Amino acid sequence: MSLPARIVTLLVAFAAVVAGAVFISIHYLGSSLAVVNFSPVASGGTVNVVLQEDPQNTVSSRPDWVSYFVQDPKTGAWVHTTLFQVPANTRVNMTILGYDGCTPLRNNFWSKVQGTVGNSMTVQQFKTVGQPLGPARRYSVLNSWSNCSVGHTFAIPSLHVFVPVASPNTALFNSSACGTSPCTSGPHSMVKFSFMTPKTTGTFRWQCFVPCGGGFLDGNGGPMQTLGFMMGNMEVSA
Amino acid sequence: MAESQAPAAPGRADGRREPNHGLRIFLIWIVLALIADLLIWFLWYPHLPPGRLSSSASSQQFDIAVLGLAAAPVMIFVWTYFGYTLVNWRHRDGDDEDGPPLFGHTGIQATWIGGTAVIVLAAFVFGTVELIVPAGAGAGEGPSPVWKPSGSNLLQVQVIGQQWQFTYRYPQFGGMETTQLVLPVNRPVAFHVTSLDVIHSFWAYQLGVKADANPGVDNVAYTTPKHTGGFTVRCSELCGIWHGAMFGSGRVTTAAVFETWATANQRLQQRNGLLAALPPYSLTYDPTLIPQLGKVLVKLGITGAPGFYYPPSDPVTP
Repeated sequence: MSLPARIVTLLVAFAAVVAGAVFISIHYLGSSLAVVNFSPVASGGTVNVVLQEDPQNTVSSRPDWVSYFVQDPKTGAWVHTTLFQVPANTRVNMTILGYDGCTPLRNNFWSKVQGTVGNSMTVQQFKTVGQPLGPARRYSVLNSWSNCSVGHTFAIPSLHVFVPVASPNTALFNSSACGTSPCTSGPHSMVKFSFMTPKTTGTFRWQCFVPCGGGFLDGNGGPMQTLGFMMGNMEVSA
Repeated sequence: MAESQAPAAPGRADGRREPNHGLRIFLIWIVLALIADLLIWFLWYPHLPPGRLSSSASSQQFDIAVLGLAAAPVMIFVWTYFGYTLVNWRHRDGDDEDGPPLFGHTGIQATWIGGTAVIVLAAFVFGTVELIVPAGAGAGEGPSPVWKPSGSNLLQVQVIGQQWQFTYRYPQFGGMETTQLVLPVNRPVAFHVTSLDVIHSFWAYQLGVKADANPGVDNVAYTTPKHTGGFTVRCSELCGIWHGAMFGSGRVTTAAVFETWATANQRLQQRNGLLAALPPYSLTYDPTLIPQLGKVLVKLGITGAPGFYYPPSDPVTP
């Protein structure tokens, strides 16, 4: 090989390595999840937070992973993240839209609503957005084993908040489940509950207790252990 | 074959008689060892972890103190001999002569073998007794414990590990389950530790209780809380990304407070239907076999398959 050819080959190989390093840095290390800040919209000691959980996440590189989304309180847009910020010593009125089908809880103890105001929640079923199947009903226990009724859970263990998130009507879900994230139509449940944030600031981990990581050992890998999918952080600010 | 011979006891070059180094070392050693053991017993022992909240914690604290008492004289002897050697037998200017050889000194050999044998055998006997007498010393004894506490008033508490939270079932209170670990003072407790997914380890630090939580295994550990107060609970087996967050707290209360708490929880869980929703109390649970799932499967039109459930081996990621 001639000297110019060697130099060109060397430069091309060097450029390829640099390009690979830049791609890895940007694609993996540089990517960070957005934090949806609810503090500016809090008033009167309360703040409204809206989440949805989907059977897939078609806006990510893992379209087959179940996922939570957070609704931006200012724009109403759904954000692919599980990080949100709320003020301290504030009542959080949480609404979770459950678009994913039922999964029996590994420990049916998580059927019990715990740590919320009144230790209960309300559940309302929808055929699609704006079409309720009936009135909202109040539950303190949503038994996932006696009826196919729980899709996932929302839990902040350090605050002793554990809430089973109802799944949509099974027949409707089997026939017309939402297939594109974030879901804006299709059968879903609407779960509402409230809890108090602590008086001190800090980061509070939240997770799902349904082993919903299909394809992973015990269903506990993948989305169960990845920020932006089925676990996240609640930042409590001053 | 070299004959055994004791080292000569040569006098000093200046004609003075060689002092009795052995006696000197012994006297220095025994004074320092006595001081060290007194400090260990009266100053260190009361503050040693894990404290004295329970019988097993007290037992472990005592064990550490006794091992400290035994180890300190050995360590001080080494340091004393080392220091004495540096001061008295260091190389001096103009002295190129070797020291006397030590071949086959029966007294040294006998002392070495006898001393180490006594120490090791004493540690063996002490350790065995301290494992048996406090009923396993708070450690998990497996599903068939050999050493059990005496008495019939044993409180059964099941510890269930799941990524990433411990829950507790009280079979003597209808099998009620809770995220709070509350125990009565002065009542022996049998912890039945198991897991629903991966291997965890239940570590109630101030209680001196530590037992692995294996799926499908009932690992039994005993203790008796001796004082009221709080304690921390941690998972001490790397169990996933949030292993570090798998901790909580428990408390030891008076018997009356415990009874009130436990019966109130039992009644509440009967009223709200949670007790009926829980599986029958069992020493282990196979989460892939849920009898109550029948209706779910029928409703989903699934027969014979676990449906949306992910059994432990389906599929196994390496």
